[in-house]
Amino acid sequence: MFSRISRLTRREFLVYGPLSIAGLIGAVSGIKHYLSPSSLQKFKGSIVGANAKVGHLMRTGKFPAVVTTSSVETVIVGGGVAGLSSAWWLQKHGHQDFLLLELDTQVGGNSQSGSNEVSRYPWGAHYLPLPGPEAVYVKALLEELKVIKGDHNGSPVYDEYYLCADPGERLYFQGRWHEGLIPQTGIPPADEIQHQEFLGLMKEYSHRRGGDGKFLFTIPVDRSSQDEEFTRLDKISMTQFLDSRGWTAPTLRWYVDYCCKDDYGQAAKDVSAWAGIHYFASRSGKADNAGKESVLTWPEGNGWLVKKLEEKFPEKIKKSSLAFNIQKNPDGGLFVDTYDVTGKTSSRILAKNVIYAAPRFTAKYSVHPTLGKLTQPQTSSTPWLVANVTVTHRPEGRGHELAWDNVSYYSPSLGYIVATHQALSHLKKETVLTYYLPLTDEAPAVARVKAFQRDHSYWSNLVAADLEKMHPGITQTITAIDAWVWGHGMVGPGVGYLWGENRKEMQQSLGDLHFAHTEMSGISIFEEAQYRGVMAAKKVLERRG
Amino acid sequence: MQLLLLLSVFVIATCGLIYELIAGTLASYLLGDSITQFSTIIGVYLFSMGIGSYLSKFITKNLIGVFIQVEILIGLIGGLSATILFVSFEYVTSFRILLYGIVCLTGTFVGLEIPLLMRILEKKYEFKELVSKVFTFDYIGALLASILFPLVLVPHLGLVRTAFMFGILNVLVGLWTIFIFKETIPYLRFLKGEAIAILLVLTAGFVYSDRILSFSESNSYPDTVIYSKSTKYQRMVLTKGPNDLRLFLNGNLQFSSRDEYRYHEALVHVGLASLTDPKRVLVLGGGDGLAIREVLKYPTVEKITLVDLDPDMTKLFKGHDALTDLNQDALSSSKVEIVNEDAFIWLKSNQVKYDFIIVDLPDPSNFSIGKLYTNTFYQSVKSSMAPAAVVVVQSTSPYVAKKSFWTVDATLKSTGLKTTPYHVFVPAFGDWGYIIATAHEFVVPTQLPAGLKFLNADVVSSMLVFPEDMTVESSQVNKLNNQVLVRIFDEEWANYVQ
Repeated sequence: MFSRISRLTRREFLVYGPLSIAGLIGAVSGIKHYLSPSSLQKFKGSIVGANAKVGHLMRTGKFPAVVTTSSVETVIVGGGVAGLSSAWWLQKHGHQDFLLLELDTQVGGNSQSGSNEVSRYPWGAHYLPLPGPEAVYVKALLEELKVIKGDHNGSPVYDEYYLCADPGERLYFQGRWHEGLIPQTGIPPADEIQHQEFLGLMKEYSHRRGGDGKFLFTIPVDRSSQDEEFTRLDKISMTQFLDSRGWTAPTLRWYVDYCCKDDYGQAAKDVSAWAGIHYFASRSGKADNAGKESVLTWPEGNGWLVKKLEEKFPEKIKKSSLAFNIQKNPDGGLFVDTYDVTGKTSSRILAKNVIYAAPRFTAKYSVHPTLGKLTQPQTSSTPWLVANVTVTHRPEGRGHELAWDNVSYYSPSLGYIVATHQALSHLKKETVLTYYLPLTDEAPAVARVKAFQRDHSYWSNLVAADLEKMHPGITQTITAIDAWVWGHGMVGPGVGYLWGENRKEMQQSLGDLHFAHTEMSGISIFEEAQYRGVMAAKKVLERRG
Repeated sequence: MQLLLLLSVFVIATCGLIYELIAGTLASYLLGDSITQFSTIIGVYLFSMGIGSYLSKFITKNLIGVFIQVEILIGLIGGLSATILFVSFEYVTSFRILLYGIVCLTGTFVGLEIPLLMRILEKKYEFKELVSKVFTFDYIGALLASILFPLVLVPHLGLVRTAFMFGILNVLVGLWTIFIFKETIPYLRFLKGEAIAILLVLTAGFVYSDRILSFSESNSYPDTVIYSKSTKYQRMVLTKGPNDLRLFLNGNLQFSSRDEYRYHEALVHVGLASLTDPKRVLVLGGGDGLAIREVLKYPTVEKITLVDLDPDMTKLFKGHDALTDLNQDALSSSKVEIVNEDAFIWLKSNQVKYDFIIVDLPDPSNFSIGKLYTNTFYQSVKSSMAPAAVVVVQSTSPYVAKKSFWTVDATLKSTGLKTTPYHVFVPAFGDWGYIIATAHEFVVPTQLPAGLKFLNADVVSSMLVFPEDMTVESSQVNKLNNQVLVRIFDEEWANYVQ
């Protein structure tokens, strides 16, 4: 090597000299680019979702004195899917005298959505699997909303505009996009056998019933079989389950991990095996005009369902309204003290009963101890970052065409979904990508605090850099990045939570105070939120007689 | 000094002829019909040279200065001519006026050159010597140009760069003359400055011509790309070969001017001629106006709605000579209403019922376009049908992609419509298929409008016959949530290309 250099002729020097200098300059500027803070790009957009600040008001407990008093039969605290579903069920059954309090400026909770000039887009939950045999309330809602248009040979006929259009999923793996989410090519045959064994077992479980005649795994969770042989699986982690079967293929492990993060916000090692299997074995809905794997989706995700629910009782929803004190009324019933975030005044609502449809940790600030002992979930909720990235060109890339859900094998994120996927417009180039990142690297409490400290520049650069790895050059096409930090993104079914005592206690009412939240199911999905909402509403209706 | 001036006669002559050839070639590229274009360009050019020669007698002072000025200006106009013509193609409504304007201007200046030079040289030679020498060099230059142009310049440099190169040569002659006569010319500094500035412009043009025009895909088309544009929605490319003009959208051939009448007569008349008194016609896609040209052959038709997403497409085919010649200015007809919207979205909200609906959309080569071939889309089409309406769908090639073709058929049938498939041979495409869909039993027309170039009643009935290698069982229905057609289509065309 050395002799080669020493023999550089003048001519060679003339050629290589400038080239190497240019190379050096390039390298130095490249390194500088990465080291200096100016390497951060500036993206248009902002951090949205201000509810954390308002929510934290509760911790201080300092609110102005109550000035007015009104009364209503039922107060629903929280306008997420659980609260909206309570309201829906009450109204559906002739109970009109209710009021729903939402502390944010829009209802929807995890199913909120946004829009810009390019598209509507979700800020959280973005799809609904076809409801299975036990998801009767979901089916009832979909029929009411004409998402289910009719019935043919015992199978529901769905409105085609809402069935997720093809292609549904693609995976970035080994430098190319592949159809589906399971790595298929370039895998050792032994690993491929493991894939098949795993998927085969999951398929079997999806049909099977336990000793009590119920489906082993179904939605809602509480309608699943209580067969000891299977509920036992709740006591080990999904990773331990895979280990016990000898399923060690890295691609399979990746896929399972991805799925656990997707639905539970936690890695396979932190999720109970029963919950992990539930993800694969509980979706058994069918349709006359779609395959089993089909899902329902809308440009704004489940925000569409939220809007439809809201339209049913808009006058009974009070937004920017924080319930900070729920107490027994000496004259019977309960009262709810609320703080109007915009008007900065407090008022009292007398009620016969209250449905508390907000996360349980908030209850300890608002539910008065005299009402009884509050149960807190002994499982954690993961913080999430959701970003909506507006781009001038649909990101295609090598291999399979752009799909609805686009996932990279190499990214800590869950990839992105394409908001315009359901659009009928066929030549539009611009779109919005909704990017999901569960913050699972650190303990939830630590990750949460850090996440709220980060600014827009940090998040937008992180998202752009990750997308850049899937789509070199995509940064040039980004016109805006908006980000939403979900402090308590979704409850995770940690080991032992689903079939332990704690969750049962979570479901208990405190007198006329009923609870409705996915924490009571341990799985944070639309169906469970709706189920909890309906169950609470049923309790209210029962006591009404 | 005299010899140098005679050499410049040679250069000037070469340049002059090159500009003429460039104009002629461009005209036949952009306007078609090369015999007409070449002969009118040559005629106008020679005539303009005559004007130049005539005007030369009015120049009595400062002959050399004027000569230099003329050289510099020819260099500028000639050098930029090809670029101006290419770039303005989409902006100018009457391309011919611009084209002949440039030809006149160059011709006039070129016509001035030789008389001026002869007068500059008149005292150096005897008259017979002078005439003989000047014209010898002139004709040698012309020969050189006419050989170089087709064999070396067009293939290697392209029209735009050739023009720049000869523009530079013209300006160099001017500079050279400045150098020779520097003692005797007034405004020396001005001329020098002007020459150098223009030289820089032309050199920059020569170097960056690729970037200016960005016909980056030139290499992927067999013929010369005469126009290309990335619209908001797609890449439009027009190419001109020896015999035809072709339109490509995102690299896919849409038509060849040579045989598009076969495609469009088959698309329109089989269905439309079967109707008595059709009044309202809907065209989905087909922003080139060629199908509408055929529809306009039915006097009973009162209203034609054209739904094509891309306004740049309809604008181009409404506004440009070469293209309105082809579609007989169909898009400017008072019966035509152009709607620049997405077909699917427009259809969903449409309330008007149509007697005849043409679905002339790009092939289902990707999932976005695949949506326009689904049962849901055809359901929307069905909602826009008048009771006796006929729908025709371009359905790709039943030879290359037979399963795709029959999948479209099965999908149409799944909406409860009756189908009548047929096919025709279009040389530029191959064997091409269409499917007619009706609520009632379709009756094949026996009467066709007069003046068709391809169809007659016998041809129509022959088109309904499918040979064995174009039939296949397919009962799959293409839906939004399965997009089977895109997968089948992709596979079939990939196999065919291999």
